[in-house]
Amino acid sequence: MIAAQTAIVAALLVPLAGALAISLLGRWPNLREAATLTTAALLFFCVVSLLGPVSAGARPELTLFEMLPGLPIAFRVEPLGMLFALVASGLWIVNSLYSIGYMRGNNEQKQTRFYVCFAGALAAAMGIAFAGNLLTLFLFYEALTLITYPLVTHKGHEEAKRGGRTYLALLIGTSMLFLLPAIAFTWHVAGTLDFAAGGILAGKLSGTALAALLALYMFGIGKAALMPMHRWLPAAMVAPTPVSALLHAVAVVKAGVFCVLKVVVYVFGAETLSSGAAAWLPWVAGFTIIAASTVALYADNLKRRLAYSTVSQLSYVVLGAALLAPYSLVAAAFHIAAHALGKITLFFAAGAIYTAAHKTKVSELDGIGRLMPWTMGAFVVGALSMIGLPPAAGFVSKWYLLSGAMSAGHWAVVAVLTMSTLLNAGYFAPIVYRAFFRAPAAGQGHDAHHAHGEAPLPMVIALTLTAAGTVLLFFFPDVPLELGRAMLKG
Amino acid sequence: MISAHLPALQVALPLIAAPLMVLVRRGGIAYGMMLAVAWISLLISLLLAQQVADHGPISYHLGSWAPPWGIEYRVDALSAFVLVLVSLAAAAVVPYSRRSVEAEVSREQHYLFYAMFALCLTGLLGITITGDAFNIFVFLEVSSLSTYVLIALGRDRRALTAAYQYLIMGTIGATFIVIGVGLLYLMTGSLNLVDIAQRLPDVAERRPVLAALAFLTVGISLKLALFPLHLWLPNAYTYAPSSISAFLAATATKVSVYVLIRFYYSVFGETLVFKELPVPLVLLALSLAAMFIASFAALYQENLKRLFAYSSVAQIGYITLGLSLDSVGGLSAAIVHLFNHALAKGALFMLLGGIMLRTGGVSLHCVCGLARRMPLTTFGIVIAGLSLIGVPGTAGFVSKWALITAALEAGLWWLVLLIVASSLLAVAYVWRFVEAAYLRAPAPEATEKIEAPWSMLVPAWVLVALSVYLGFDTRFTLGGATRAAQMLFGAGG
Repeated sequence: MIAAQTAIVAALLVPLAGALAISLLGRWPNLREAATLTTAALLFFCVVSLLGPVSAGARPELTLFEMLPGLPIAFRVEPLGMLFALVASGLWIVNSLYSIGYMRGNNEQKQTRFYVCFAGALAAAMGIAFAGNLLTLFLFYEALTLITYPLVTHKGHEEAKRGGRTYLALLIGTSMLFLLPAIAFTWHVAGTLDFAAGGILAGKLSGTALAALLALYMFGIGKAALMPMHRWLPAAMVAPTPVSALLHAVAVVKAGVFCVLKVVVYVFGAETLSSGAAAWLPWVAGFTIIAASTVALYADNLKRRLAYSTVSQLSYVVLGAALLAPYSLVAAAFHIAAHALGKITLFFAAGAIYTAAHKTKVSELDGIGRLMPWTMGAFVVGALSMIGLPPAAGFVSKWYLLSGAMSAGHWAVVAVLTMSTLLNAGYFAPIVYRAFFRAPAAGQGHDAHHAHGEAPLPMVIALTLTAAGTVLLFFFPDVPLELGRAMLKG
Repeated sequence: MISAHLPALQVALPLIAAPLMVLVRRGGIAYGMMLAVAWISLLISLLLAQQVADHGPISYHLGSWAPPWGIEYRVDALSAFVLVLVSLAAAAVVPYSRRSVEAEVSREQHYLFYAMFALCLTGLLGITITGDAFNIFVFLEVSSLSTYVLIALGRDRRALTAAYQYLIMGTIGATFIVIGVGLLYLMTGSLNLVDIAQRLPDVAERRPVLAALAFLTVGISLKLALFPLHLWLPNAYTYAPSSISAFLAATATKVSVYVLIRFYYSVFGETLVFKELPVPLVLLALSLAAMFIASFAALYQENLKRLFAYSSVAQIGYITLGLSLDSVGGLSAAIVHLFNHALAKGALFMLLGGIMLRTGGVSLHCVCGLARRMPLTTFGIVIAGLSLIGVPGTAGFVSKWALITAALEAGLWWLVLLIVASSLLAVAYVWRFVEAAYLRAPAPEATEKIEAPWSMLVPAWVLVALSVYLGFDTRFTLGGATRAAQMLFGAGG
């Protein structure tokens, strides 16, 4: 076992070193991809090595240097960050495997830049996960936005440029306009930006000011895609699918809801907020859940449907945080992992369909389950998790969320969750139905003499792995649940 | 001991070098001399800053004539800070100039270019170091006159009108300043800044003192391009030779800000300027106008030099905004931004000069797809642009943070929102470059790499790297600015 502090530094430096290695090996694609996989494995090893001590109650800390007077760049590994880091770094390995199949299968341009930015994004995600204070968090939060911009605009055409603009305008816009003033105001009021159990604002603010500050944070963390700050997420779907899968279903969006949870638990403190300052938040989150699901219902583009599904599911986490009940906070933490596994599976499937069959629309998927049984089988597992049915991980988070809502006596939330379940079923079931129970549409000349099978093997392996993970997490939810409970203790 | 005479050397070195360059009349030798002068100046300024940090302010009596009769050179926390900035900019720009000037200035004028450059440096260093009001005016004219010549040396014929425009505006500014200084002399009988400050409270007749303040404020504001007195700046930055654009953007307006701070805090006193007169209100309004109107103007520019020139006007708005807050926090935000913005803008104009050299222009359509052809140049511009925006991890963020916390201290939460909103405009104009360079296709025949020469890239990247480094290590910048602000408030209050 390596020392905890070394592991923190390594978790930040390994992806950066990986990015350097990848850019140097750009001329030899096989070596370059080997570098990506090695880096991902090394990073996961570093993160896992921290799990033991953190589960045992240790909170490894590392203070680098003072950036602003009284405000150092500092890291502190606590259970929630541990969970986020585990999810992001673990899925990076699978996603790298998938990327190799996808990027080669589609003959994408500028693959070296793609892998370099990917590694950089992971470094930023690790910084967010382990940040010990809001300043460090903000630094890596902005870095993650900027480093993923080239990935969003990867294709370079007009649509990519427009998507990139929306992406940047909303993410940089919200973080500069709301999050930065919120952090500065917190610093002004509390005199510290360190994350601490029970919050740092206890007794410092109350009433309207507290609610306003919470609003600045919640809308300032645009990555959490709370409506009306969600538009960047569908816009980002113009990126190649591996980007949508790992970054816009796992690293970036989970960084957003992770920040939301972290701010609620460690900056405000559930107790401080229970005075009523957060009473508006469940309504906004509930609205986002229903509205985004409704949009998803009508989206014909598969990735767009998945994106709106993500917007909706992210608000489960925000909702869990907003309810402030112990059960719901654990549910929120757990859902970070559960949704990550389920949604990455769905995106993997969408990318596999695009690679093998060149199809992007739901209405074109008739009978595809027979041609791509593994892909669509995994898709079913992912869809079950989104709907929240056993045996998929999404059920566990929904169960806890419902328990939290009931213990808080929030019946409107119970209604929202029920309705969301129906809506989720409403937009995933038709896809499954088309794929397995309808005959392939006749007259599609392309497919008639081009009967395709599964996507390239690495992609199929990757999506099978994440689908299996989604099921496993249902049967063995202990690690994330334990981390969630430990988060409550601080 | 030579270290005792460092203040004199700081100014004398470039001053002596200039006529020598004219005597030898050789561009190559003049360049070598200028390089030595710039680097030694940087060394001297760093030594002076060290001395001030260790032993407090230095008072140097020129020719051993004691003030208030003789001219005093005075180096304190503020002037040492600005001296480092000016000589650092020169030390980076001079090595850069060689290739840039070869391309943009005709050969027989090279020695004149460097001579004027040396004079300009003399003037800027002199303004900063001197403790004598009339001496400030003299050095201001030295730097201004040489700047007019330098701008006029630009290859574009519009450089002449730009220089002429600046000449007219600059002369009006200088006239106002000399009237202000004259009124002060009339009322106090002294030209030494410290001496004037001591005598002012005893002056019975207030009106001429207020007139002096008004003349100085307007005159200096013209030189520092405070909105709406900025009209000379975009043309001057656009048509000057590239290395001069970079040097001016990094230093000229910043030194003028220094003069304004010096007169406000060390001569008139904080109480008179900020408490008894509506100066903070006027500054606040003009700063906000600069931050928004100039940023919007930048959004509509096709020429990148002009775009970033308007951005300079907006960024000067941040500096004067910090000044208008009239607190240690606000003043140190102003001073630190003076430094951080100078680095980013200097780097930007240097890199734009590289594009000018290779593609013959700096309009947005010239940079289409340039990321593939000049990867280091374009990436450098992106990073310097991030510093303009104030992204965390760059020096610009440090300034923005200081400004926001100062505004919060003053209880002006709406001002915080305006500050961050205007930084979003910076995102918009920086991203116009990013989209053109990275996402638009280059002309089909233009595919070969045309990266700028190393002699231009390395100095620019030193400033880019400093912009990032100083985003993390703020001991010198924010620390130095805070010490300077505390000193000014200690002396003034």
